[in-house]
Amino acid sequence: MEIDWANVFEISSLLKCFIVGGLICVIGQILIDKTKLTPARILVIFVTTGAILGGLGIYQYLVDFAGAGATVPLTGFGYNLAKGAIEGVKQSGLIGAFTGGVKAAAGGIAAAVFFGYLAALISKPKMKKQ
Amino acid sequence: MNPLESKQTYQQYVEQKSPNSPILKNCFNAFWVGGLICTLGQIISNICKERGFDIATSGTIVSIILIGIAAFLTGLNLFNKIGKFAGAGSLIPITGFANSIVSPAMEYKSEGYVMGVGGKMFTVAGPVLVFGISASILIGIIYMIFATESITLV
Repeated sequence: MEIDWANVFEISSLLKCFIVGGLICVIGQILIDKTKLTPARILVIFVTTGAILGGLGIYQYLVDFAGAGATVPLTGFGYNLAKGAIEGVKQSGLIGAFTGGVKAAAGGIAAAVFFGYLAALISKPKMKKQ
Repeated sequence: MNPLESKQTYQQYVEQKSPNSPILKNCFNAFWVGGLICTLGQIISNICKERGFDIATSGTIVSIILIGIAAFLTGLNLFNKIGKFAGAGSLIPITGFANSIVSPAMEYKSEGYVMGVGGKMFTVAGPVLVFGISASILIGIIYMIFATESITLV
C-alpha cells in the first residue's frame, strides 16, 4: 500500500503531540524535583491518574487533541485500561470489567514482559558498585 | 568507559551549567525529550493509520515498538544515560515502564534466570500493573452500577 508521507509528517498534529507529551513529562519532572516520591511511586500515580481521568471521560479530550502525546505517557496506559474496562462492561457486563482493561492493554503488557526478559538476558552485567 | 567517571563529569557539567536553578533545566530537558518520544510514537501511529490499521491497533503497535526499543536500549546500558539527562522525559512515557522492568532484572541476573531475572522484573512494574488494573476494574464496576453517561461521560 502506498504511504502518503505528507500525512505521516503532518506538522500541526506532530506539534500538538510534542507539546502535550512534553508538558506531561514536565509534571513528572516537577514531582521528582519537588517531592520525595520515588520514580516507582510516580509511575503508579501517573497510571492511576490516567485511569481515573480516562474513566471520567476527561482524558479522551486530551487524546483527541494530542494523539500519541497523550497515549504514549503512562497516563495513556491507565486511560487505555479504563477505556477497555468500560467497553468490556458495555459488551459483556460484570465480566467485561475484569477482562476489558487487560485486553485493551494486552499488547503493551505482553511486549514489556517479553522484550524486558529478552533484553535482560542479553544485557551485560552493570558495574554499578565500584 | 568507567561509569563513575561519566557520573562525575556529568555532575560537574550540571553544576557548571546550572548553579542556581537545576529544576528549570531539568524541566526543559524532560519537556523536549518526552515530547520527542511522543512525537516518534505519533509518527509510527500515523504510518499505521496510512497502512489501514484502526486507532486501537495503531496504539498497540506504537506501545510494542517503543517498549521494545526502550528495553533493548536499557539492556545495552544506553537508556540510563538518556534517563540521567532527561529525567521524567524518558521515565513518564511508556519507555520508562520498559526501563523499570529491565533494569532491576539486569541487576539481579546473578540470582538466576527464574527468580532473579523473572522475579525482579516486576519490582517496579508490578505495582504499576496492580494499581492500573485494579483501578480499571473498579472503574468498570462503577460504570456498570451507574450505567450512566452523566458520570463517566463516555
